[in-house]
Amino acid sequence: MNPLDSISGTIITGVVLAVILTVVINALAGA
Amino acid sequence: MDSIMMLSLERWVHFLAGVTWIGLLYFFNFVNAPAMAAANADKEGPGPAAIGKYIMPRALAWFRWAAVVTWVSGAMYIVSAGHYSLHGVFTLGVGQGNVGLTTLGMGAWLGTIMLFNVWVLIWPNQKKVLGLVAATDAEKARARRVAFLASRINTALSIPMLLFMGAASHSLPF
Repeated sequence: MNPLDSISGTIITGVVLAVILTVVINALAGA
Repeated sequence: MDSIMMLSLERWVHFLAGVTWIGLLYFFNFVNAPAMAAANADKEGPGPAAIGKYIMPRALAWFRWAAVVTWVSGAMYIVSAGHYSLHGVFTLGVGQGNVGLTTLGMGAWLGTIMLFNVWVLIWPNQKKVLGLVAATDAEKARARRVAFLASRINTALSIPMLLFMGAASHSLPF
């Protein structure tokens, strides 16, 4: 089932993306 | 008008339009979608027709135009701000060693993708769903699914977007 089909799945997807992208930002800024 | 006043006004407009855009996005996802499902499931109830006829066109109009004003005012802010540039922001400040630029750039890219979703995926498909343009039942069903997923993607993207927009001038959580 697509996580975006539920509100909680959508919010969790957003939070996980925020964590992953924060790691990316830190890596890019350090480069 | 001096640059400080200009920046302040651009930021203010950006906040107002952004709140309108994201507020309506959250209305669609947290309120409207479940309400439509409940209305359709309630066979003896009044049904969802009034939602589609009276609420959705107005909500979608404010939604899509607030998205445009949010993006334009944000771009104007970057141009006006001496410590930012459109090039620096949209290249994520790579090689410039400025975490604020990279952070704002990530937020700006997310907002840009969200604007694309609104005008290219959500609005054209919602026009079919609401009967504002001609579409067969099969086309409407597919349009409903595409608009729903694009809206859900925007809801998910809004979460990191708001984190990074705020963190650019303040700090990231880690």
